[in-house]
Amino acid sequence: MTSTATTGHEKLTMAQALNRALRESMAADDSVVVFGEDVGALGGVFRITDGLTAEFGDTRCFDTPLAESGIVGMAVGMAMNGMRPVVEMQFDAFAYPAFEQITSHVAKMRNRTRGTVSLPMVIRIPYAGGIGGVEHHCDSSEAYYAHTPGLHVVTPANAADAHRLLRAAIASPDPVVFMEPKKLYWTKEEVDLGAELPGIGRAMIRREGTDATLIAYGPSVPVALEAAEVAAQEGRSLQVVDLRSIVPFDDETVCAAVRSTGRAVVVAEAPGFASVASEIVARVTERCFHSLAAPVRRAVGFDIPFPAPKLEHVQLPGVDRVLDAVDDLQWDLS
Amino acid sequence: MTRDLDLLLPSPHPVELIDPTGRTVAEATRELPDDAALLRAFAGLTTARRINDQASALARQGRLAVYPSSHGQEACQVAAAQVLTDDDWLFPTYRDTAAVVLRGVDVAEAFLPLQGAWHSGYDPHEHRTAPQATPLATQLLHAVGVAHAARLRGEPTVALALCGDGATSEGDFHEALNFAAVFRAPVVFLVQNNQYAISVPLARQSVAPSLAHKGIGYGVPGERVDGNDVAALLAVLGTAMARARAGEGPQLVEAHTYRMQPHTNADDSRRYRQDDEVAGWAERDPLARLETWLRQHDLLDDARLAAVTADADQLAARMRTELAGDATPEPAELFAHVYATPTPQLVEQAAVVADELSREDAHR
Repeated sequence: MTSTATTGHEKLTMAQALNRALRESMAADDSVVVFGEDVGALGGVFRITDGLTAEFGDTRCFDTPLAESGIVGMAVGMAMNGMRPVVEMQFDAFAYPAFEQITSHVAKMRNRTRGTVSLPMVIRIPYAGGIGGVEHHCDSSEAYYAHTPGLHVVTPANAADAHRLLRAAIASPDPVVFMEPKKLYWTKEEVDLGAELPGIGRAMIRREGTDATLIAYGPSVPVALEAAEVAAQEGRSLQVVDLRSIVPFDDETVCAAVRSTGRAVVVAEAPGFASVASEIVARVTERCFHSLAAPVRRAVGFDIPFPAPKLEHVQLPGVDRVLDAVDDLQWDLS
Repeated sequence: MTRDLDLLLPSPHPVELIDPTGRTVAEATRELPDDAALLRAFAGLTTARRINDQASALARQGRLAVYPSSHGQEACQVAAAQVLTDDDWLFPTYRDTAAVVLRGVDVAEAFLPLQGAWHSGYDPHEHRTAPQATPLATQLLHAVGVAHAARLRGEPTVALALCGDGATSEGDFHEALNFAAVFRAPVVFLVQNNQYAISVPLARQSVAPSLAHKGIGYGVPGERVDGNDVAALLAVLGTAMARARAGEGPQLVEAHTYRMQPHTNADDSRRYRQDDEVAGWAERDPLARLETWLRQHDLLDDARLAAVTADADQLAARMRTELAGDATPEPAELFAHVYATPTPQLVEQAAVVADELSREDAHR
């Protein structure tokens, strides 16, 4: 792909695309404020907020004391009072101190107040493994948030979606937990900056295929695409669905895809027990049972704490684990 | 920015302007509020006491699912409501229903959660009163956020955030003080130290010289006040509010008071405290001491007292009427406010509930 600047297309990394989304949202709406740890002068440890303080001033993008519950709790109050806060949790596991604020307040405020208080706020969380991060820097924590009614949970798998989904999340009247697969921060692709914002909650077919469907999200989408490529060379046609949004969940797109192939594997990094992948298996089985030629399988992380960098490859589902699961889809019975 | 420690230190003794016997304290460190403010506070105290009595009665009758009484702490409730302007925000806890009603929220809305009908019953924006917080100290951070947003827009809003002694052990209490201080947010934190967190006495919460001293580590000035002296509370909170409004940052106020009744009607306080301790605090009653003072200063006579009491009785009657019926929202509403627009899944689930309920109706 080539850069075609004249039509608003640019080649950007996911990190740059997220930065552009923040910049555009802040320029369009004075009530959008960005804060967290190291997001000011440094521009965030992943540079997602790079240049925002310089461009918009330190009342619009600012560093806070190092306390995640404080960051999210203050964002709740600011959202109650007319602002649209976008806060950064520096890493997945560092968001846990804010868990009470997120689950008891961010998620419940609208319901508690019978719809009179909206919390239009975004909690950005760099998550998952694949970058050789040390302990507490690689958790796939999406299930905690997805399990909590009242939160939207989205996760892009490429730069274009990162840009559009973050703009949509900031514009949303509901709180959005925006999970950024940190291993994809530096992948570059063509982004149409003028593209219409998708509503939150729509999955997308990333690759057409006829034999089986791989259902993936965030960091696992490139793994699923690579597995589909390898499978194609072996004569098997795999379709790949990118969820983009975990909550709301796009049953329609996912089930239509599974019905079209009759077989499915869910690919995700998180430990499989009681996970988002488990939920997807349950939903697909409940809805598509008569279209299924085999039980839905999972290619997921093991039920262990995330390993140290030299062992993380053991935990992360790769092409082999995905294709092994595909191989198990009872082909001999069809 | 370093601050002179002396400016942060609470006074050696809680500020008291009217003593428990109803006399003006000699050598008081603050000026007494004016007569009008004290008369208004007396009406507020009478109302708040009546709210507590009536709500406790309704809980005994089963009309309320639960009631955490603030009997004995009414001076804190009244002063908190009275120092606020229409621009300001109140962040109450579950025990502060009297303050919520004094802020102007209708009793039918204020008591909805205590009826077990919904988690909060009023529009927080209408009276700038946050939903009553059941988790401890979490609302203090919301107050910081509301205040910081107002300050960024140049509005004169001050947030008054309430919590109890137990809540000062929670992390969010400390994060709220620190965030408020760093951002110079116009917030006044009022700790109602009623000596017990359900059953656990203050000595097990903290060995700090006082709870007001907890502000020092964050650069937040602390002050201690007799929490059963509404005059002192009005003076101390009034100064703190004015200071915050002038851009001088947050303040921490610890009010020494006592929860005269069990934690809720479901609690048995005889398991953890002695009757003579309770009796000692009865002598420090906030209502009796102000009544004595007002009579001594010829500001209250029997006729005026009767008028104030009649107003409170009227509110109590309204509580009996309003809270007699079933205000439970329709079950469909359970799905209406989870998101601005229900997800497809919630639309399906709401239909399941409608179907279940229609079949229940058919069986009746």
